Amino acid sequence: MAESSVQPAHVHAPPEGFIRKHVFSLDHKVIGKQYYALAIVAVFTGMFLSWLMRIHLVWPTAKIPGLELLSKAGAPGGVMTPEYYLSLLTMHGTLMVFFVLTNAPFAAFGNYFLPIQIGAEDMAFPRFNMMSFWTTFVAWVVLMLAFVIPDGPPISGWTMYAPLSAVGKDAGPGMQWGASCWAVSIAFFCAASLLGALNFIATTLDLRAKGMTLMRMPLCTWAWFITSCISLLAFAVLLPACILLILDRHAGTSFFIPAGLVISDRVQPHSGGSPLLWQHLFWFFGHPEVYIAILPSMGIVSHILVNSMRKPLLSAKVVIYSMMSIGFLSYMVWGHHMFLSGMNPMSALAFSFPTLTITIPATILTLVWVGSLYGANIQINSASLFAIGFISMFVSGGVSGFFLAQPSIDIYLHATYFVVGHFHMVMGVASLFGVFAGTYFWYPKMTGRYLSEGLGKLHFWITFIGTYCIFMPFHYLGLIGNVRRYQSFVDDFMAPYLPLHKFITIAALITGGAQLIFLFNLIYSHFKGKVAPDNPWNATTLEWSIPSPPPWNNFGDRHPIVYHDPYQYGVKGSKGDFVMQDSPEQVIASGD
Amino acid sequence: MATTIASTHATVLPQPKKVATAVAYTNADRASRSGIWVGIFAITMSFAAFTSALFVRQGTNDWTHLVLPSLLYVNTLVLLASSATFELSRRSLTGGALIEYAGARKALGWLAVTLVLGLAFCVGQYMVWQQLRAAGIYLATNPNSSFFYVLTVIHALHVLAGIIALVYLMGRLVASHSTFRRNYFENTAIYWHFMGVLWVYLFLLCRTKL
Repeated sequence: MAESSVQPAHVHAPPEGFIRKHVFSLDHKVIGKQYYALAIVAVFTGMFLSWLMRIHLVWPTAKIPGLELLSKAGAPGGVMTPEYYLSLLTMHGTLMVFFVLTNAPFAAFGNYFLPIQIGAEDMAFPRFNMMSFWTTFVAWVVLMLAFVIPDGPPISGWTMYAPLSAVGKDAGPGMQWGASCWAVSIAFFCAASLLGALNFIATTLDLRAKGMTLMRMPLCTWAWFITSCISLLAFAVLLPACILLILDRHAGTSFFIPAGLVISDRVQPHSGGSPLLWQHLFWFFGHPEVYIAILPSMGIVSHILVNSMRKPLLSAKVVIYSMMSIGFLSYMVWGHHMFLSGMNPMSALAFSFPTLTITIPATILTLVWVGSLYGANIQINSASLFAIGFISMFVSGGVSGFFLAQPSIDIYLHATYFVVGHFHMVMGVASLFGVFAGTYFWYPKMTGRYLSEGLGKLHFWITFIGTYCIFMPFHYLGLIGNVRRYQSFVDDFMAPYLPLHKFITIAALITGGAQLIFLFNLIYSHFKGKVAPDNPWNATTLEWSIPSPPPWNNFGDRHPIVYHDPYQYGVKGSKGDFVMQDSPEQVIASGD
Repeated sequence: MATTIASTHATVLPQPKKVATAVAYTNADRASRSGIWVGIFAITMSFAAFTSALFVRQGTNDWTHLVLPSLLYVNTLVLLASSATFELSRRSLTGGALIEYAGARKALGWLAVTLVLGLAFCVGQYMVWQQLRAAGIYLATNPNSSFFYVLTVIHALHVLAGIIALVYLMGRLVASHSTFRRNYFENTAIYWHFMGVLWVYLFLLCRTKL
């Protein structure tokens, strides 16, 4: 090509050999798939742990075959101890929040598609990119080590609240070395996420193709870009927190441990630290983390919806600005996790206000999606079903946020199943629906084959109904006063509600089982799926202008030039009702 | 389809003129410049987190103020001087996006001085830690000493990273000055200056009782 002479040579040479191609690859697409694979392993581990917990919760004396092999002390004779329940709970939360919800929608899809969508050959720093993934992998290995070391995983929950998380073995099983595994693992994870975020930002700012102005970027690229800005700030705070926690645990410092603290009948040899400090640092990361999980899914869902509606969104700009304001506001609200930490009621109010303000951009987003759906001739397939399902989950889970954002109501609902139901729906399942939608949508691009539509729809309906069966009753239980993190409710005032808990457990087993359909579909379709053309969904963005699966350098020797806004649907082009971003033809008429 | 679009573009795109004298900056250059600023932003954010932790901790009643060794003033001067020599080195560069040979040779001398000063700073910090240890002040002695060690050690690690970048930079200047991109040089300089600014901030933070 003539224009290739002005550009630098390829950012890296074509990969040769198995190791360079598949293991220590510099190719953003391979790295994206590696993140995805790690997320799949983590999500099934996490789901399996939740099964074990749900079974124990309703049948506390049940012998779970094989559990003894996992931990002799945690499950003597196959019956889970209360402490081991907490260990599994910690690992479930940590795996899901960090290794699934951060990795899958952001790192996996972002790595794979962000450079292609902006017309770049690779990320700005391919070596950093490779380092990010392998550091994340090390973080995962260190976390999983907690399962095999003698004292088992920590029992503190994924929030690792000080001072119990900082004092070592007096705080219970798993709190000696298990908690250290956790802290070191998360420190690695932070470092990896910082590198990744840096890469995303530099790539988006500087490697866009000619004509790809910021406002012409697809909505998911925008979402990944905003998310990377959020993670840069959030993980940069969690990393110091982890360092201080490790020092408290192993170097005798007193950042988080107060003086005269007695744990397990022993005065802890520390002085003057502040347990609240950990909560502040943790939630300064923790609340933005919620948006790190869900913003990419918002972008992915917008991207898919607009494609299946065959007409533009009411306003793509409003979606972008709403996502930006959510990202910005996410930094002013961390205190709403700490209403019951003894904070001044005035500060509680100060945190409550911006929290409620977040509902404004969130509502605007929902209105844009739903309003655009109105009158659209939507094409129903697995991807669009999951995209619509995302809106449903986002609204259902988000509405309970109104309640929790208000200190007076939160005093009652704090640390109940209401909270657990809220965040599982809005942060957990909603962003996973975005991941599922993305998977069904982009699988043809990543592999050259479709995922099975029949299995996809089956997967959707069981997951969609199952999720409501699991998490809607959580809200109800929470209102009754069902406290979270208790290992069983057989002999207290919650006993009458055991049948409801049993219903949830059965729903969880079935919904979890449906994920095996998805796993089967992923593997089966890779080999036997229907072969897909380069642009199976008649989509407009740059990733559909290249072969499936894309070659190592994405666009070959071509340097794409962008002429249009990302979503020219419902317009008259030479190829039907859409015009691709890099198509020089003029858009004749817009919209309906 | 790919081929048709590509051929259309070839006619649409005006052919860029080759500039003979100065080589232009590329997108990759701009990306690495953004990268260094974003990285600096992340480091700033981390130290902001440490700072807020320090403020919270200073409010507790077991805070004892530390008298810092006066060697720290010398170290501060050394680090600031290294920034100055780095700047002198940068100013002697010639050429556009690619560094020219004549300038590179001049730059190398000042870079060597920068490297020596940078190493001297690290050694100086090590001596400060030794002095404190000799006075019986360790990491866990009191909250102030905890923060002092944490902040200075993490800063020194960042300076060490800068020294590695500096050594790599000098190696590349010697080996391949004619193909070496000026951008890498300038990014290292930005990072190095930032280490100086960060140090002055940390020093004041540790020194002042709020």
